[in-house]
Amino acid sequence: MTVVSTPQLSARPSAGSLERPPAASAGVIEARDVSKSYGSARFAKTVIRDCSFTIASGKLTVMIGPSGCGKSTLIRLLAGFERPNSGTISIGGKSVTEPGRDRLVLFQESALFPWMTTYDNIMFGPRARAERGVEPRRRAEFLLDKVGLGAFRRRYPTQLSGGMQRRAELARAMINEPRVMILDEPFRGLDAMTKKLMQEYYANLYEETRRTTFFVTTDIDEAIFLADQILVMTNVPTKVRAVIDVNLPRPRRLEDVIENDDANQIKMQVLSLLHEEAMKSFAHGSKAAADFIDAYSKRVRKPS
Amino acid sequence: MQGAVGFAERAGHILLSARFWRGTLATAVFLLVWEAVARAGLVRVPAPSSALVTFNDLMRDPSFWFSWYLSTRRVFAGFLAAMLVGIPLGLGMAVSRILYGIVFPVFEVLRPIPPLAWVPAAIIFWPTQELSIMFVTFLGAFYTVVINVIDGAQTIDLRYYQAARSMGSSSWDIFRRIILPGTVPSIVVGATVGIGIAWAVVVAAEMISGGGSVGSMGGASGGGLGFFIWNSYVGGSYNQIVVGMISIGIAGYISSALLRKLGELVTPWLHEQ
Ligand SMILES: Nc1ncnc2c1ncn2[C@@H]1O[C@H](COP(=O)(O)OP(=O)(O)OP(=O)(O)O)[C@@H](O)[C@H]1O
Ligand SMILES: [Mg+2]
Repeated sequence: MTVVSTPQLSARPSAGSLERPPAASAGVIEARDVSKSYGSARFAKTVIRDCSFTIASGKLTVMIGPSGCGKSTLIRLLAGFERPNSGTISIGGKSVTEPGRDRLVLFQESALFPWMTTYDNIMFGPRARAERGVEPRRRAEFLLDKVGLGAFRRRYPTQLSGGMQRRAELARAMINEPRVMILDEPFRGLDAMTKKLMQEYYANLYEETRRTTFFVTTDIDEAIFLADQILVMTNVPTKVRAVIDVNLPRPRRLEDVIENDDANQIKMQVLSLLHEEAMKSFAHGSKAAADFIDAYSKRVRKPS
Repeated sequence: MQGAVGFAERAGHILLSARFWRGTLATAVFLLVWEAVARAGLVRVPAPSSALVTFNDLMRDPSFWFSWYLSTRRVFAGFLAAMLVGIPLGLGMAVSRILYGIVFPVFEVLRPIPPLAWVPAAIIFWPTQELSIMFVTFLGAFYTVVINVIDGAQTIDLRYYQAARSMGSSSWDIFRRIILPGTVPSIVVGATVGIGIAWAVVVAAEMISGGGSVGSMGGASGGGLGFFIWNSYVGGSYNQIVVGMISIGIAGYISSALLRKLGELVTPWLHEQ
């Protein structure tokens, strides 16, 4: 694992933030030698192998990796919907064995409940926990306003655009004030313009709350624009290939990041790592093909 | 829910829509061809025009309407019972492996038995003929309702459960706010199909069980629309057969339309624009 660390430059405002990070050194998410495979013992496909990482409190960590490397699988483990075959995951010092309120996961595909209006979707969490009184409603109003969906409170998800759905889902997650937010490629599939707006929008939201966030993407520009720290993943079976700190000052603007030299250097670095991974899988693929042809030709020759 | 203005506006929309006119045209062409074929004597079927005359006479005959009433009552009684039993059973089977394991094998053995095969047993088992017919009608709708409920509940996207659980939902909360609303669209489908089957079954059951003992109106036409048709056949009134058949078609259509409308009311998220 290559660890590239540069001194912290970004100012961290403590006043006005909704969540005060605990001791800076404490990892909120700790993954130790996590492995996960699917299938039977004979036909096992290992998706994650010996993957370890630490995610610091109050930071936005972006995980970037080739498509299909096992990012969503890792997210399901973090969420507690599936258990690793070996290794441990803990969040806030507690071992993850089942879904918990301390973390909220936004999945790759929208999971708004189609039968509930925007407002009811956002109020789902407080109602699930039977929180009464005006306080949850006040928070819902605040978030509706924040994500700009006040006029759409009575609409159903199918009546919202893709970007609106993602915002509604963000609000539905944030109302629960989880300790950790986990987002799996939340802006995938949006058109370029909407995606850009959502990224800026999300960066603002993050800067206001500084809630510990784990953000998965395949988009390098998105990663650099948002991240305090980037985890570059290897190809499948995946693990952390490199950890790169991004110390660009906040608040950031998309245009600034494009022109920033540091940002471009990080981009080159990430690109070359991803390129290496891609080449490896290519080499791996052709090796497999070569083996197959070898074995096949042997079998053909055998009877003669 | 909607005011008179909204209704008039909607009626206007319907009258102007191409769909409405296509439907009307198709029906008209169908009736015209039938009339022509009947008049030419190609088949021994009464022409629509003469059936219409018979219908006009029957309109003033209370026992004809009593047949309507009897069949409708049986269909709705059987259908409502099927919903009341089928929905909880289907939901229970979808959420409980144990219940599923116990009920499903029995259910799958009984299901291939056509409801009409139950008629003799039902007549022996139930104290009145009325109850036997309702029971057979119930069976007709029941299987469809249960199968649709199970299927609907089982195909709810896993992500909804996961999202709900990670927000702190209890099992009961998940049942009430995820499984139940998530199954409603399939319940509506099951109900719409089920009531159609209930109509098909009630008519046949009435033909088999006869009309004799039922109804204060007494006489031959006390046995519902199915018996009305059978009796017309026995009495050689072919016009009445046609009127009876069309009556069932209309009754079935109205029931399905009613259920579709109700279905739209309980699934607003599928219909609001
Ligand atoms: N339940 C499962 N059973 C078998 N194989 C699985 C399962 N889930 C994932 N996989 C395999 O694991 C690999 C990684 O899948 P995963 O969805 O985690 O990738 P990803 O990095 O999220 O990809 P993407 O960028 O396309 O979202 C894939 O090859 C997939 O076939
Ligand atoms: Mg994925």
